[in-house]
Amino acid sequence: MTDTTMTQDTSTEATPETHPHDTIRVLVAKLGLDGHDRGAKVVARILRDAGMEVVYTGLYKSPKEVVYAAIQEGVDVIGVSLLSGSHVPLFRELGRCLQEQQAGHIFVVAGGVIPKHDYAALLDSGVDAIVPQEARADLIVTTIRNLIANRGRI
Amino acid sequence: MTAFTPSRPVKRGTYVPSLELMPNVLNGSILAIARMISRAEAGYVEASQALAEIYKHAGKAHIVGITGVPGAGKSTLVASLIKAFAAGGCKVGVIAVDPSSPFSGGAILGDRVRMSDAAETCQAFVRSMATRGHLGGLSRSTLQAVDILDAAGYSPIIIETVGVGQDEVEVVTAAHTIVVLSAPGLGDDIQAIKAGILEIADIHAVSKADKPEASAAVSAIKGMLGLGSAVTRSSWSPPVLPVSSVSGERIADLKEAIVGHRAHLRASGELADRQRSICKTRILSTARHLFQQRFDEKAGELERHIQAVVDREVDPTVAACALLGWEDKVPVK
Repeated sequence: MTDTTMTQDTSTEATPETHPHDTIRVLVAKLGLDGHDRGAKVVARILRDAGMEVVYTGLYKSPKEVVYAAIQEGVDVIGVSLLSGSHVPLFRELGRCLQEQQAGHIFVVAGGVIPKHDYAALLDSGVDAIVPQEARADLIVTTIRNLIANRGRI
Repeated sequence: MTAFTPSRPVKRGTYVPSLELMPNVLNGSILAIARMISRAEAGYVEASQALAEIYKHAGKAHIVGITGVPGAGKSTLVASLIKAFAAGGCKVGVIAVDPSSPFSGGAILGDRVRMSDAAETCQAFVRSMATRGHLGGLSRSTLQAVDILDAAGYSPIIIETVGVGQDEVEVVTAAHTIVVLSAPGLGDDIQAIKAGILEIADIHAVSKADKPEASAAVSAIKGMLGLGSAVTRSSWSPPVLPVSSVSGERIADLKEAIVGHRAHLRASGELADRQRSICKTRILSTARHLFQQRFDEKAGELERHIQAVVDREVDPTVAACALLGWEDKVPVK
């Protein structure tokens, strides 16, 4: 069993390898049977106002469909918001599909109603950042920017 | 409040040189195609040689432009067309263009929502692109994305454009076949006259044919075509087709009209003219873009010219010539 120690990412400065002119593309996805999309639309607007391009895939998508879309759209990040409680199996399947399709370079950012005791399972499944629901809007923006700054150009 | 991240090493990307990616693009690798489109969009200098090579492998696809006012139902129609063409064995490519925010430069690209199921079941390649400040709706990189899909064997390649007024005209210069979609019940006979829509269409479609107002819209457009100008681009008579993505009505007819138009272009020799016109526009529009980039880099020099014009020392024309380095060539026309 992997020992995943969680860390809190407090960095706000971009590394020297950031390419500020490369537009960040994000796929905002709702997985499974969660039918609430208002939160996803709010996040989409926040990201757009931060200069990012957001592809929204709509409701009731499976992890396989989300990965198919994410690869074609050349997104840097898949942002998933889940309120339905089925986050552990869905994120595990998402991580598996990404690996299977050789799309492990795409970051996964999770948000929504996720209890802290499930964070380790999510991070083990390949989730790169979990944004708590109570966080300020700009946290999701800085989280995404930092992930991409650390990745460098692909 | 901070985000929670794993303690494993942060993912680092490896940059695969574009010339190495290129054979995978030609073989149809989805990952490679998507990556090359991203590089073309970002304008990576490193990718220019590969893109030049890819251009040489393009030229087989039928490029279809679909345009029309917002809310007419373009994305839903494209989803139906994906299914119709895929049923005939085609590998369909779609570029869906949406506007970038003039304030933030970002964009919400929502066309894919309506095409998502069709894309996955029919193995179509759908890419959403933002205009990124390109006022005409289509940019250098949109057309490079078309080249990439073309070289990878996709045909038809459907370009769904921002349907905002005069901007539709730009799609003429990028596609072989233009479909203009009108929505019924929105005062179409007025809208049909505006913005040169009538002149650019090779095929007219009226959406939501399942609604009663659709036949009025069809009649209005046929009426306007009857009164049409004597200057026509082509010996082809644009059909006016009511279509319904809900009932599937007439989608097959639309597909046949699109295929028929391509056959007409070949048979009449007009295909070569369209190709020529597409190439001319691409050269000029890329040249304009490169000029614009150079001006963006000359910001300091521009500031001095602005001040001189504000102070009425020189007029804007003289300042523009000076910026271009044409001091001796102030135009007289």
